Amino acid sequence: MVVLHEIRKGFYLDSVALMRLSREVAAAPGIVEAALMMGTPSNAAIMRNAGLLDEGTEVRGNDLVLAVKAETEAAARAALDDAIRALDKPKAQGDGSTAAWRPHSIAAAVKAHPDINLALISVPGDFAAAEARKALNRGLHVLMFSDNVSIADELSLKQQAREAGLLMMGPDCGTAVIGGAPLAFANKLQRGRIGIIGASGTGTQEISCLISEAGQGISHAIGVGGRDLKKEIGGITTLMAIDAFDSDPETDHVVLISKPPHPDVAKTVIERIGRSKKPYTVCFIGAEETKLPPNARFSATLKGAAELALGGQAIGAGFDVAGQASRFPGRKWQSRIEGLFAGGTLCAEAQVILAASGRKVVSNAAIPGVPKLDGTKDDQRDRLIDLGDDEYTRGRPHPMIDPSVRDDALRSALGNSDIAVVLLDLVLGYGAHADPATHLTEIVASRGKNAPALVASVVGTESDPQTRSAQVRKLEQAGIIVAPSNAQACELAAAIANSAAR
Amino acid sequence: MPDQEKQPYQSLLTGKVKVVNVGLEGFVKDLRDCDIEVVHVDWAPSAGGDPQMAALLAKLGV
Repeated sequence: MVVLHEIRKGFYLDSVALMRLSREVAAAPGIVEAALMMGTPSNAAIMRNAGLLDEGTEVRGNDLVLAVKAETEAAARAALDDAIRALDKPKAQGDGSTAAWRPHSIAAAVKAHPDINLALISVPGDFAAAEARKALNRGLHVLMFSDNVSIADELSLKQQAREAGLLMMGPDCGTAVIGGAPLAFANKLQRGRIGIIGASGTGTQEISCLISEAGQGISHAIGVGGRDLKKEIGGITTLMAIDAFDSDPETDHVVLISKPPHPDVAKTVIERIGRSKKPYTVCFIGAEETKLPPNARFSATLKGAAELALGGQAIGAGFDVAGQASRFPGRKWQSRIEGLFAGGTLCAEAQVILAASGRKVVSNAAIPGVPKLDGTKDDQRDRLIDLGDDEYTRGRPHPMIDPSVRDDALRSALGNSDIAVVLLDLVLGYGAHADPATHLTEIVASRGKNAPALVASVVGTESDPQTRSAQVRKLEQAGIIVAPSNAQACELAAAIANSAAR
Repeated sequence: MPDQEKQPYQSLLTGKVKVVNVGLEGFVKDLRDCDIEVVHVDWAPSAGGDPQMAALLAKLGV
């Protein structure tokens, strides 16, 4: 086996462009493994662990590192040469053109366009806090999509933002919709009078899509980042978002979604909600029902939160869980559910629903009360895997962008005779993969006749670039049952698995 | 709350959003498809790729 690498000094490509090029290189004849990464400290560690970069080779954050492991030196050299030729092609602009002037910094952009008011930051985590600080220093609100930012940096940025009256959404803020602007992984939603404050990206997407597809709409969805309601941060952005919705004439009802907050922070936030004149739906996913003020109601699930915000309108009322389950005659040796999720909050909602239906559940992203997955045990419990968790995404894009993160686990589940149901999610919208349904159906096409039942939900809208109904049709044609919501997919999975166990 | 007392974060919801995009270039097309004005920064790591130095320079306002 031969490992070769090439280092381009001072050459930057974003992670999606690097992923595309990595795939091309990895597919070349004789290549075993390929990595194209910026030489940030965290990426350098990944490449060293994979044996693609030796200890003696120094790289820096503005170096592009190309590394290949191949069967022969000739194959490695040919693949590297092809990659370098691809890198040297002129860069295309986001709009397809190659010519326009582009600023090299936030300062230059603001100087040329003084009416810019928001910075969308998705650079590698090692540099993200510095860019956010530059944006705040110039009076811009920030949405920080980047993760791997320290909690100390998060606190300092949020304190600076609060002092300046600016909204600091993130870090690790997957989605927001401000005045119809889809920021990061957002869906094309109907405009309406329901506001969302989300400490969870896919939770916000599921609720906003269910509301939009049910015929109502979203005024704004403010992302706060997954750690905003931890003790260290104290809900700084959440409290500012409540203020903002209080004074927004377009918003009549607000939904707040988060993992269970720190008790002190929950108390502060709930007390603040009690002073609002607007009705609230609170979904602390995985938390016990929380005591709330008279203007707020609690929901344990995303679907329940959407229904409360819709004034009690039922979602997917025509979906017959028992009828669907009866199509799958139980095979008693199959008893487990394997959930393979791109959406972290969808994985959390699955834990809530399956645990409430009496099933024994483990997860790599366990909610309170659910045991953490221990890969060393021969486990007969339902395994619910969040494939967006750091252990799967370190050095590679999120499974919503690159659904192949799920492929190996899915192939393995399809051939596992213990498993009754594989539970899946597809997340559509801006920023997401262009056609995740086709990718998924290609993987499941070769499954055997005794393979587990496949149950999925599709987070998205008809107006999304991927068109929800077209994605659903592709899945159904491949024999995958598609539920109207993640919650109903979980209920169906439980019903099938319970009938198999009898 | 009277309008004159509004903080910038409250006005963000009632005004127009104009975005500077720093990082993933795909977000530019998504915003333009929704008629949102966006300026893309041709970004590269500052301070020679040293994250600690980049953070320090940002704190100093450089």
